[in-house]
This record gives sequence, C-alpha cells and structure tokens, in this order.
Amino acid sequence: MSSQALQMPRWMDLVLLPLWNLLIALLVAGGVVLLIGASPGQALTVLLDGALGSARGLGYTLYYTTTFIFTGLAVAVAFHGGLFNIGGEGQATLGGIGVALLSLWLAPKLPSVVMIPLAIVAAACFGMLWAAVPGYLQAWRGSHVVITTIMFNFLAASLNGYLLVNWLRPNGSMSVESDAFADSARMPAVHELLARFGVEWPSSPLNLSIVLALLACVFVWWFLWKSRAGYVLRAVGSNPSAAHYAGIRPRWQVLAAMGLSGALAGLVGVNEIAGVQGKLTLDFVAGAGFTGIAVALMGRNHPVGIVLASLLFGTLYQGGVEVSFEVPGFSREMVVTVQGLIVLFAGAMAMVSAPMFAKLYAALTRKSRAAQGKSHG
Amino acid sequence: MDEVLIGSVLASTLRVTTPLLFAALAGLLSERSGVVDIGLEGKMLAAAFAAAAVASVSHSTGFGLLAAIGVAIGMSMVHGFACVTHRGDQVVSGVALNMVAAGLTVVLGIAWFAQGGQTPPIDSAQRLTGLLPQWSEPVPGSWFGSVVGHGLLSHNVLVYLAFALVAVVWFFLERTRPGLRLRAVGENPAMVDAAGVSVPRLRYTALVLNGVLCGLGGAYLTLAQNASFSPNMTAGRGFIALAAMIFGKWKPVPTLFACLLFGFLDAVAIRLQGVSLPGIGEVPVQLIQALPYILTVVLLAGFIGQAIAPKALSKPYVKER
Repeated sequence: MSSQALQMPRWMDLVLLPLWNLLIALLVAGGVVLLIGASPGQALTVLLDGALGSARGLGYTLYYTTTFIFTGLAVAVAFHGGLFNIGGEGQATLGGIGVALLSLWLAPKLPSVVMIPLAIVAAACFGMLWAAVPGYLQAWRGSHVVITTIMFNFLAASLNGYLLVNWLRPNGSMSVESDAFADSARMPAVHELLARFGVEWPSSPLNLSIVLALLACVFVWWFLWKSRAGYVLRAVGSNPSAAHYAGIRPRWQVLAAMGLSGALAGLVGVNEIAGVQGKLTLDFVAGAGFTGIAVALMGRNHPVGIVLASLLFGTLYQGGVEVSFEVPGFSREMVVTVQGLIVLFAGAMAMVSAPMFAKLYAALTRKSRAAQGKSHG
Repeated sequence: MDEVLIGSVLASTLRVTTPLLFAALAGLLSERSGVVDIGLEGKMLAAAFAAAAVASVSHSTGFGLLAAIGVAIGMSMVHGFACVTHRGDQVVSGVALNMVAAGLTVVLGIAWFAQGGQTPPIDSAQRLTGLLPQWSEPVPGSWFGSVVGHGLLSHNVLVYLAFALVAVVWFFLERTRPGLRLRAVGENPAMVDAAGVSVPRLRYTALVLNGVLCGLGGAYLTLAQNASFSPNMTAGRGFIALAAMIFGKWKPVPTLFACLLFGFLDAVAIRLQGVSLPGIGEVPVQLIQALPYILTVVLLAGFIGQAIAPKALSKPYVKER
C-alpha cells in the first residue's frame, strides 16, 4: 500500500499517518454524535470511564480485546500472504462449532487439563479447514478468495443454525442453543483464578483466552519475521511471480496463509464458547470477524499494532455499551459506525492524506537543510 | 388448489427477485467499469432507511424514492473518491461502506424515531401497491386469474421497472457508445485513456448509475415490500445480488435468470420446510437458503462453466505521465 513517489520517514508512515486517519474517523463519528443530539464530549468521557475506569469495565474491555486480537491476527496473516480474508466471521463460527462438538462429546469424561488444550486444537482445526477451502479454490481453481470467503460466512451461519436447530438443541427447549458443557470444558475465568490467590477482582467474561491471544501474537511475530516458512509466505504475498521464479510454489503458500489465518480466527471460539457462553449459541461471533479487518488495518498488520488496535476497539465496544446506558438517544451501534469509518479512513482512504504529509515533510527538511547549508556556508 | 399455489409462488418469486435484480444490475454496471462493489448490501440498507425515514416524515413516496437514490449515489461517490480518485483498495472501501451503513441506520433510527431502530410505519397511501388491485389475491378455480392475474399482473411499478431495466442495461452496454466505453474501461483502461476518454469520469458515471439502481432496490424494500425500516433488513440480499451477478457472468440477461433462480429458492424455502421431497427426503431450510452461495462458489471454482470477470476489475488505474 506504500507509494514510492512519497518520501516519508518510517515513523510518519507507521505512527503519524494511522493516528491522523484515526483522528479523522473519530471527528466524523463526533459529527454523527452531534447529529443525534448527544454531546461528543460527554459520550467520550462516559466511554473512557466505562471501559477503563473500573476493574469490571476493564475486564469486559480485555475480553473484547481478546477476540479482536484473534480476528485481527487472522486478517493480518492472510494479508502478508497477499490475500484479503473477509471470512473471519465464518471461520470463528466454525471454531466455536469445533469447541462445542468436542466439549459435548468428551467433556463429561475428561478432566479440564486435557479438555481445554483439546478444545483449543479443535477450534483452530475447524477454523483452519473452513478457511482452507477458499484458499484451495483460489490457488487451484482461480476463484477469488474475497468472494468465496463472503459466501463461506453465510454458509457457516447456515451450518451453525442447522446444527443447533436439528441436532444440538436439547429436546423441549425453545431457545436455539446447545446444552451447557460440563465444567471441565470451561476456560477458567480470570476473576476466579485471582480469587484463588486472594486477589479481589469483580466478575467479568475475561478468561484465560487472553493469554492464548498474547501467545498467538508472539507466535505470529516469530512465524512471519523469524521463520523460514513465514519468509516464504511474505515473499509470495509481496510478489507471487518473483517468488515463483525463486522456486517457491505460490499455490501452497496461499493454502498455508489461509489455513493459518483461519486457525487464528477459529480461536475466537475458545474465548466466546469455552470462555464465556459455555454452550453453542447462534451468531456468537457478532461481527468480530469484520472488526478484525479494522484492527489489522489500524495495527498495520503487525502483532504489536494489532494488540494496540484491539485494545482501542475493546475500549470502544465496552465503552459504547456504557454510553448507550448513560446517554439518551445514543445506541451501541455507534461503535459499528466508528468501526466502519476507521476502515474507510485508515484503510480505503489511507493514502489520501499521505501527499500532504510528504509535502509537509519535504518542506520541513528543505528548511532544515537550508538552515544547515547556511550554518556551514 | 394447484393454480393457487403456482400463482402465489410465481408472485412471491417476482416480489423477492426485484430487490436482487436492482442490486445485481447496479453491481454489474460498476464492475463492468472495473470497480468492485462489495458495498451493495450497505447501499441498499442505507437507501431503504432513507426511503422509509423520508417517506414517513414527508408523507411523500416521491421524496422517499429521491432520498433513497440520493443516499445511495452519495455512498457510491465516497467509494469512487476512495478507489477511483485515490486508488484505495476497492474491497476494503466496500466493506467499510457496509459497516457504516449497518451502524448508522440503527444509530439514526434510534435517535430520530426512538422505536428501537425501526422507522414509523409508512401510511398505506404512500406505499407502492399493485397497479391492478383486482389481482392482489389468487382466484381459486381460475388458472388465468391465479397464474397470469395474481402471478404476473399483481405487482407494483418497481417490479416491472426492475425487469424492464434488464433490457435497458443490456441495450446500454451492448448497443450504445457510452456503454461500449464503459465495458472497455473495465477491460482495458489504458486503451480507453489512449483514445482520449477519461477513465475516472467513466468510472464515476458507472458509480452514479450504480447508486440510482441501489437506491431503487433499497427503496423497494421499505416502500413496497415492508411498511417500515427495521435494522439489518437487507439480511444479505446485497451479497446474494453480488452472487447472482457473478452467477450471471457479469451479463444482464444471465444475471436476470440467476436472480430469478435465487428469488425462487427464497420464495419456496419456507414452503418446503418440513416437506418431504420424493427421492431426496426432507431438505433442511438452511440448505435451501444457502444454495445461492453454494452455487456461486461451485461456479467460481469452474465446476459449472467459467465465470470470467472484467479484466481490469479491482485494479486502480494509474495514468502514465
């Protein structure tokens, strides 16, 4: 996405430009808040206080952050392979189905020490397989991964609905959800663990999946920038024909990138299904797959950036809920709007302001060079 | 009874096909000019909201339609500004439009109407109803009255407009000079540029037409099919339309048949629930609803013919200087 014609120092490209685009998105969002007759200042105060001002709020914020780290990493890995994975939603759904099927089957018989790692593997494998199909179709059959992953999102939702309505719903139950899992399949909640060590922490959905998310970040960083396989993947992403010429088979890399991407998205199932719900429900992903696109764009496809961007979106989600309680006329869908604006300004229009910064930088350096010239002369 | 069933399935097929057809033709115009349009869903949703909000407040169908078209064109222009003028990623821009529309329609709906994101119901005087009200119900015992009358003649003006537009779009693309240029810019923008025709202007023109059609498709949902706007009421129709357009291989007439097929599946999905088909058994309703997506994936994979997209699709054009 970078342009060779624009001369800019790295920090401008990596820090200033994203922050500037974020600022524009937030300003437009502020305009919308004004339009609905609420006060942007009040909304922002309540938002920050609700998300970060209390231990309970922080717990919720970090719980959302966990999910967004998984989907953000998923989009980023695919992106490094030169692919745009819009299918996080479906892959996460399949991850949840994997956790649920395994837990309903084995949890009554196995202790949690065995069960939880198995659930993690199941989530990753289901997500991986679901993403590998569009990957295969792109690499070998030439169908575009963007279109197929959109279709696969709907297919995943249909599959989840079918399984729940026809197979997993307990007899006589009206609500469309599975039986609750046995306790051994539950990802331990952070407040329960802390209570065991005598630390008081209010109850929140935050669970050990956050550790898994951070481990996933480290793994993705190591994989992409330190491992041979990751280097090959990035090589294909930046120039498939050059990579092919260098003896890399791009087809397998497309498959690998989509598979890893899907596995990461599938881990959302660990946080949502094993960590919070304790049963399979309809539409538990709730748009997190799409938020992952915004997270990856904001985080510049780097694990560190993704953690920061996930924190931003976690804050927005948790804070948005609080604002909708406190401020009349404000609804939590405002967050979806903000997310869309961020994708628009930080993604599609990322380079709109770049020439301005390049000019600014050129003007500044010229001035300082002129000043240097004078002092030398 | 048969004639009543056939007539009502035919009528509901045409009704659910209409918004798909508007959106699919909109996508077709944009994509033939080389601009990917993932944002059909968002444009339809925003247009549906604008139509319902304006029609229920102004008590005017015309203003509702104009608002829908205006909003959809506006969104198309944002898309054009990001992808044509500034060469942003067309897919990312479309995804962004979908998100903004999904969020903003609910936010504004709650703030303005305080009905949980719904708009107030539109008065029946402002709704688009069948041009020939005598056929609004099938006539038992009369094949003509049920199938031709109720099935084909009971619809509102937008339904007939959608089907007429298939011919218009075909004629425009295949038989007129601007249509030829529009197709050329989707295949080989450099050549069009060399011939002295502005690539951005052509692509913006395609996007304006796209906005008009998306606006009509969205307005149909609130002014004709339902009486008010409810959150996320497009429910994936924009993506089905995208699928239909691909299934129709970016050509108007095949796209029409794809829309009819997907509309038919939608119309019979509920009727087939719990029905055991001979030789197949009971088909889960989820499978029927998923069929358009499955068929599109299978088509794209080249298992049922090739789907050849315009060559310059999704590639921003950079003029050589």
